Amino acid sequence: MTAEPARVIPITDAPSHRGAAASCEERLAGLLAFLRRRITGDYEVDEFGFDPELTDTVLLELVRPLYRHWFRVDALGLDNVPGEGGALVVANHSGTLPVDALMLHVALHDEAGRPCRMLGADLVYQLPFLSHLSRKSGHTLACREDADRLLRKGELVGVFPEGFKGVGKPFSERYKLQRFGRGGFVASAIRAGVPIVPTAIVGAEEIYPKIGDLKTLARLLGVPYIPITPFFPWLGPLGLIPLPSKWMIEFGEPIRTDDHDPADADDPIVVFNLTDQVRETIQQMLNELRLRRGHAFPPFF
Amino acid sequence: MTHTVLVTGVSRHIGARVASVLAADPGISRVIGVDTVPPPSLARDGGMSLGRMEFVRVDLRSPDIAKVIATADIDTVVHMSLVSAPTRGAGRAVMKEHNVIGTMQLLGACQRSETVRRVVVRSTTAVYGSSPRDPAVFTEDLEPHDGPSHGYAKDAAEVEGYVRGFSRRRPDVTVSMLRFANFMGPGVDSPLTRYFSQPLVPTVLGFDPRLQFVHEDDAVEVLCRMALEDHPGTFNVAGAGVLLLSQCVRRAGRIPLPLPSPAFGLLGDAARRMGLVDFSPEQLKLMSHGRVVDTAKLAAELGWRPKFTTAAAFDDFLRCRR
Repeated sequence: MTAEPARVIPITDAPSHRGAAASCEERLAGLLAFLRRRITGDYEVDEFGFDPELTDTVLLELVRPLYRHWFRVDALGLDNVPGEGGALVVANHSGTLPVDALMLHVALHDEAGRPCRMLGADLVYQLPFLSHLSRKSGHTLACREDADRLLRKGELVGVFPEGFKGVGKPFSERYKLQRFGRGGFVASAIRAGVPIVPTAIVGAEEIYPKIGDLKTLARLLGVPYIPITPFFPWLGPLGLIPLPSKWMIEFGEPIRTDDHDPADADDPIVVFNLTDQVRETIQQMLNELRLRRGHAFPPFF
Repeated sequence: MTHTVLVTGVSRHIGARVASVLAADPGISRVIGVDTVPPPSLARDGGMSLGRMEFVRVDLRSPDIAKVIATADIDTVVHMSLVSAPTRGAGRAVMKEHNVIGTMQLLGACQRSETVRRVVVRSTTAVYGSSPRDPAVFTEDLEPHDGPSHGYAKDAAEVEGYVRGFSRRRPDVTVSMLRFANFMGPGVDSPLTRYFSQPLVPTVLGFDPRLQFVHEDDAVEVLCRMALEDHPGTFNVAGAGVLLLSQCVRRAGRIPLPLPSPAFGLLGDAARRMGLVDFSPEQLKLMSHGRVVDTAKLAAELGWRPKFTTAAAFDDFLRCRR
């Protein structure tokens, strides 16, 4: 089985990368051409449903203000993100709602210049709207086949191995990494021989401090949890506004996996050891980065 | 070596095309087409020329097919008589019997035959189902999370089971199983082409499935090559690339009508009762989660790729419908 070569869309083609020099008419012409393509269906998506044009022009555009002005994200260690070829970005997951995935996406797309293909829970693909928006922005189901396929195509894949355990943990456990599942992501990286980029995200823990859980209602609705925060559900929809914490995202030094034999992916000892190494690296990065950031809501507290 | 080829399902478009291409091949001595009804050209209503093809009217569900195979010294069987929608008047039960019992009779006859060397079976990518818990791209060896449980897709999955059983019992026979994506092209008349021909296209609100098509010309070419050469195994057949349902609707210039999934299901049920489509929960799943298959195995085996991409196949279909 051979993978088809990845279709590379230079990130410099993105409107956000073009200089501000483009004149008003050019921008208008660009907009009209964009609308014409969208209305006639004359654009391409890849086999996962990734629509690079829609992602850059519409979907990311909606979250960029959050990234720049609300959370004031600082992206550090961008040199550690490989400029090309497959790589696996492994990050901590937190914040009750997966806003950290959106911010990581913007950081990798806009600052590291690489489209990011994240692996999401199957719940995402069962829900209306979320399922196709997730596919259109390049993400897919967290499963071995999809991870292997993306890495073989030389894509930058993002994964949160903690899953719901991480994103839904109570505020009291903030910045404590949860268990890293079965290490499936490490096995995928070994099979593809791609580096693992340990990544720490600081700031997401404070956006929705989860102090309780409506367990019975969550079970009824078939979702992993329904959070109680100091503002939700008391303030209704207003309680859904994330708190404007200060964020930092740091990409650590890549951990190589190409010194392993691809067959090692089936060796549980190798996989668990490497998983632990990645986990400890991220925990250490988190501790340091948290100190470096200081107050979550500067300059107040 | 002389060839005598038996083609089932010749009354339908792709089947008739395959039979006529094989009949035009000088390397083949006889082409025998079977079906429950005569192909259009024999019925004198403007069908294509079937050349030397000899037509035998056989109901696959009856043991008569064994006599045809035994008396004609058939060496290659191309089984395309898989019905994807119940015909008007006949219900789902007849369709299932035709698909499953028909295949069992045919394979039973092949198993007894001492001349059959090659069996080519048309199946469908619908056997993978559509689920939010399955990988984005299916390869041939993948076991889906929840396989099809209704309708056409379930028939195809059962047919595949019998074909696998047959190839275990007769390892000397080359068995090629082709899982086709939805056919698309000027001559194709399927529930999906009818769906895209409506002015208002109902879609499932909040979902935008990925679809893949295979052009009828490519389907015919693959079937003919499999009938003439030994390519044992199961192969996905689809045009390169993917179209989202929203893209298809936009390209077709139709108006989408997004309905919440329960309403989509009710509408489908109503359409089925009126005899318009064979709506099953499988379709609702396809229209929600979509389905994409990997075709690298076929490309490696044949050293050939379909000439039409998914988008080109769809555009060709649209060009002829305007």
